Amino acid sequence: MNAPAAAATATATLHTGSLRPRARSHRLGIGHWRRVLRLGIKSLWAHRLRSLLTVLGIVFGVCSVIAMLAIGEGASYEAQEQLKSLGSQNIILRSIKPAEDQKVSESGSRQNYTLTYGLKEVDVRRIRSTVPGIEAVVPGRIIRDFAWNVRYRVDCEIVGTVSWYPEMRNHPVMKGRFFTDREYDGKENVCVIGAEMVERLFPFEQALGGSVRVGRSYFKVVGVMAPRPRLPATAGGGDNSATTVHRMFIPLSTARTHYGEILFKRRSGSFESERVELHEVTVKVDELDRVRTVAAAIEDILKFDRKKKDYDMLVPLELLKRAEETRRLFNIVLGSIAAISLLVGGIGIMNIMLATVTERTREIGVRRALGARRADIITQFVAEATMLSAAGGLLGVLLGVSIPWVVTATAGMKTIITWWSLALSFGISAIVGIAFGLYPATRAAQMDPVEALRHE
Amino acid sequence: MNYVLAVDELRKTYRMGPVTVEALRGVSFGIEPGEFISIMGPSGCGKSTLLSLLGCLDRPTTGRYFLGGDDVSQLDDDTLSDIRGTRIGFVFQSYNLVQQLSVVENIEVPLFYQGISEAECRTRAEDLARRVGLGHRLEHKPFELSGGQQQRVAIARALVNEPLLILADEPTGNLDSKSGVEILEIFDALHGQGKTVVLVTHDDKVAERANRVIRLKDGVVESDLRKTR
Ligand SMILES: Nc1ncnc2c1ncn2[C@@H]1O[C@H](COP(=O)(O)OP(=O)(O)OP(=O)(O)O)[C@@H](O)[C@H]1O
Ligand SMILES: [Mg+2]
Repeated sequence: MNAPAAAATATATLHTGSLRPRARSHRLGIGHWRRVLRLGIKSLWAHRLRSLLTVLGIVFGVCSVIAMLAIGEGASYEAQEQLKSLGSQNIILRSIKPAEDQKVSESGSRQNYTLTYGLKEVDVRRIRSTVPGIEAVVPGRIIRDFAWNVRYRVDCEIVGTVSWYPEMRNHPVMKGRFFTDREYDGKENVCVIGAEMVERLFPFEQALGGSVRVGRSYFKVVGVMAPRPRLPATAGGGDNSATTVHRMFIPLSTARTHYGEILFKRRSGSFESERVELHEVTVKVDELDRVRTVAAAIEDILKFDRKKKDYDMLVPLELLKRAEETRRLFNIVLGSIAAISLLVGGIGIMNIMLATVTERTREIGVRRALGARRADIITQFVAEATMLSAAGGLLGVLLGVSIPWVVTATAGMKTIITWWSLALSFGISAIVGIAFGLYPATRAAQMDPVEALRHE
Repeated sequence: MNYVLAVDELRKTYRMGPVTVEALRGVSFGIEPGEFISIMGPSGCGKSTLLSLLGCLDRPTTGRYFLGGDDVSQLDDDTLSDIRGTRIGFVFQSYNLVQQLSVVENIEVPLFYQGISEAECRTRAEDLARRVGLGHRLEHKPFELSGGQQQRVAIARALVNEPLLILADEPTGNLDSKSGVEILEIFDALHGQGKTVVLVTHDDKVAERANRVIRLKDGVVESDLRKTR
C-alpha cells in the first residue's frame, strides 16, 4: 500500500468512526456471560488452593445449616407423629399416685393399708353428663403383669379397654382384628398384643390364634397392634417413656372380673395394695377447636372432689402446638447461626477478593487500556466472587446432604432434608458472593488505568 | 490537512498535596496518517505522560486533543474506554500480558470488550499470531515464552482491533538487542503497511527507524524533525 492510499483509508476511517460508542447490547448477551464466567473460572483455577480455602467458610456454613435443619426437621417430625398418633382430638387422663401418700405408705404401717387414688367410674359418668362436646370416652385399666407363652415371658401392661380403642387412639391393628363388643359383653378371654411383643413371645410360631397366659388364665390372641412410635419424654410425662412399653389389650369387662378393684404388689417382703378403678381415660372431643375448653371443663370437674391431684392430663393438641413453637424457636436460632456463618464466609471472600484485586492491579490496568469499561471490571470480579461462593454453596449442599445420611445410617435418627433448605442456603451463599464481591470489584474498577499500569 | 491526531497546548499537572508537578507544559503537534514517530527525551521529561494522554488513558489538565477528527480531551470514562478499545493499540515495555490466558486468548482481549463473536475473535487472533510468527505457540501461556515472543504477542494484541494509532512505550527496553531488532522490524513492517505508529524510546538506533522524531524536554517540545527520505 502506498502512502497516499494509506492516508485515504485512514481519513475514511476518521470520519466514519463515531464517538458515540457502538451498540453495547453484547454485554447483556448469553455469549458474553459465558465468556465472563469462563474467564472467572480460569482466574480462580490459577489459584485453586487459595480459592478452595476461601470457600471453606461458605462450605461449612451451608453444610451445617442443611444438616442441622435436616436433623431438627426429622426430630420434630417424629415428635409430631407421636403426638398425632395419640389423636389430636383426644384428651388423655391418667391416674398417678400422689407423691405424699407414697411417703406415708412407705414409712407408716404397711400391713393393712390400701392406697386409693386415681380416676373413678363416677368421674367418667360426671364428665359424660356435664361437659358438652364429647364424642366418646374410652376408659382403661392397666395392670402390670407378666404375659407368658410356655416359657417365653414379657413384662407388660395389660390394658383393659373397649372395642373402639384403636380408632380413638389412632393405633391401628396390624394383623387380625381388635376384640368385638360381643366379646366385651361376654367377658371373653381374648387379647390383642403389641407388635413388639410378638417376637418376644412367639419367636417360632404364629401369634394369631395362639394363646397368652397371664397368671392362671389363658387369653386367645385375636390380633396384633401396629408398632408404636416411642413417646418423647416431654410428651409422656412418665418415667418409662424412653423404653418400649409392651401393651396387651383385653376387654375392660374381662379385666374387671380377673383383677377386681384392689391390686396387690409384693414389695421386699411386705405387701402393698392399691385401689385404682381406672388407670387411663381417653376423651374424644367432637371438634378440634373445642379441645381446649373441654380440657378445662374436665379439669374443673376432677378438681371438684379431690384434695390431691391423683391424675395427669395429657392434651396432644397442646403438646403439638408447643412442639410447633419449639420448632419455630429452633429454626430462628438456626437461622441466626446460619446468617453468622455465611457472614463470616462472605467476609473471607471479601478479604481474598481485595487481595486478588491488589495482586491483579496490573491486569486491571491492561484490560482498561484495551477497552474494558469500569462496568466490565466490576462484572469480572463480581462474577469471580459469586462463582467462588456459589461453588462453596454447592460443595456445602453436597456435604450437607451427606451428613444427615450418615447420621441416619449410624445413629438411626430420622432426618428430613427439605428442598427449601437446599435452595435457601445455596441461594444465600450466591447472594453473599455478590454482596461481598461488590466492594472489591468497585475498588478495582475505580482504579486509575495509568496508575494501575505502573503498579509493580 | 488530514491528521490522525492533533494536540493543541496540552498540559498535564499532577498535584500531590502542596507540590504540583507539571509533566507537560503546552505540547502541540499533529500526526498524519502513516507516520512513524519516535518520541525522545531525558528521563522524566513527560514522554510516558504524553503517551497516556494520546492513548486516552488519562485526560489532559488543559488543552485539546483531536483523535480521528473528534475532540476526545474531556470525554467521560466509558467513552474513553470504547475509544481505547476501537482506535488505539498499546504496546508496553513490560509486555503486560494476562498471565492466566494463553497466547490467542491474550490477543482476543480487545475484541472481547467490543462484543465480537467468539468465532471471529478466534480467527482474527490466530491470524495475527501467525503474522507475528507465533502460529505454533497459540495455546502457550505467557510465562512459557521468551521476552521477544511475549512482546510479539503484545503487538498482535495491539493490532487486533485495527486501530487508528499504535502507541508503544519503550517496547524494546526489556529485550536483548537481537530480539529488540526483531520487534523493531515488525514496527517497520507496520509502517510499511501504512499504520500510524508512535514509539517512545531512549535509543537513537531505534529512533533512526522513525520518519519523524519529536524531542521533549521538561514537558515541552524541544525539536520536531521530519526525515526527508
Ligand atoms: N501520577 C503521577 N503523580 C505525580 N507525578 C507524576 C505522575 N506521573 C508522572 N509524574 C511526574 O511527571 C513527570 C513526567 O513523568 P513521565 O513518566 O512522563 O516521564 P518519562 O519521560 O516517561 O520518563 P522515563 O523516561 O523515565 O520513563 C515526572 O517528573 C514524574 O515524576
Ligand atoms: Mg516513561
